[in-house]
Amino acid sequence: MAGDELILLNYWISMFGARVRIALEEKGLNYEYREENLQNKSPLLLQMNPVHKKIPVLIHNGKPICESNIIVQYIDEFWNDKTPLLPSDPYEKAQARFWADYIDKKLYDSGRKITWNKNKEEAEEGKKEVLEIFKVLEGALGDKPYFGGENFGYVDISLIGFHMWFYAYETIANFSIEAECPKLMAWDKRCLERKTVAKSLGDPKAVYDIVLKSRKIKGLD
Amino acid sequence: MPTNEELLLLDLWVSPFSTRVKIALAEKGLSYKTQEEDVLGGKSDLLLKSNPLYAKVPVLLHNGKPVVESTNIVYYIDETWPSPQLLPACSYGKSTARFWADFIDKKVFDAGRNIWQSKGEELEAAKNEFIDILKKLEGAMGDKDYFGGDKFGFVDVILIGLTTWFYAYEKYGGFKIEKECPKFAAWVNRCKERDSVAKNYIDPERTHEFVGLLRKMHGVE
Repeated sequence: MAGDELILLNYWISMFGARVRIALEEKGLNYEYREENLQNKSPLLLQMNPVHKKIPVLIHNGKPICESNIIVQYIDEFWNDKTPLLPSDPYEKAQARFWADYIDKKLYDSGRKITWNKNKEEAEEGKKEVLEIFKVLEGALGDKPYFGGENFGYVDISLIGFHMWFYAYETIANFSIEAECPKLMAWDKRCLERKTVAKSLGDPKAVYDIVLKSRKIKGLD
Repeated sequence: MPTNEELLLLDLWVSPFSTRVKIALAEKGLSYKTQEEDVLGGKSDLLLKSNPLYAKVPVLLHNGKPVVESTNIVYYIDETWPSPQLLPACSYGKSTARFWADFIDKKVFDAGRNIWQSKGEELEAAKNEFIDILKKLEGAMGDKDYFGGDKFGFVDVILIGLTTWFYAYEKYGGFKIEKECPKFAAWVNRCKERDSVAKNYIDPERTHEFVGLLRKMHGVE
């Protein structure tokens, strides 16, 4: 859209930043991507998100929007002429928000128990929790191709960014998501076939390398 | 409201999250039935069936279909009965309101719990953190009468119900919000003048008693 300036402040390994990238791609929007170094946050980031000081931040014509799911909703509402990401029916919308919220409340923290585990027991606990969450999500997915039904949408966007971290979870906690949750991995493959998703996600092996390096620096390994 | 619309709220009288939903329903002039849940005793089959993942109140059943998580319920109420609108009309205003609703949900109740669950140095730290959060919210409101501007709106609904527990925090934390955050206290009083709030505002002394019970249960006293 002529005259619209979009800047995304992000860190490429973030599963939350991935949500925003995917939403922007789904809407066919041009934007400037700026990589943040979270050890040395830019003045712009601190100015645009003074409350949380976190990425992702979307800056639209100079005005910041923070919190990934809020940004995705903003993108969906502002550019509402095509590719709706959320359902229009209020009840379906409430269901979509519920699942995105469930993912936010549960998956990140349980995943961290694996990646930043201080011992095997913690990693094992994280693994159990992550698998439980995945099984619940499989239930929500049912036989549908995507969480919203026939079309890729809000809940899919909320979850698929974690794809980047699956290899790290599996390798550190020694398990196979495919073996335990084949339906979810079928959904995962389906999403990765979308160009908008494939170009928005970093390489899972590169994410794993970063986790290993960080673990050494933190003295966990 | 058409006579075939049925609204049932699964409720706990002291829950600030239930209060939040009741205020939203009142703002929209909606009639509804309540079913009091004995969350400490035994949860009803209806609650367990309607909210299998969390088994928590409030749950709003609209013509038998459940919506769970109080903020999600308020969004649903606002979208299903759009007049008077609680969320701002423009996308950017909406995302700002969502941001602060999210901030409130992430911070306020937990910070309050840290106050009534702790003693000594921990209590002092918890009190300071709580006051800091209220100061951030004062900053968000600025010189406006309400979070949304001149009109009572979405963020006001999300926050005002939680203030029914603040008297308890003041008592256990040994501080007065009127002294530490006078703007915030003025906003609370302004909101309490509204019918929707006045009719649903739980007597702070009763909440204080309830929190006292919780403290005993948690072995704080």
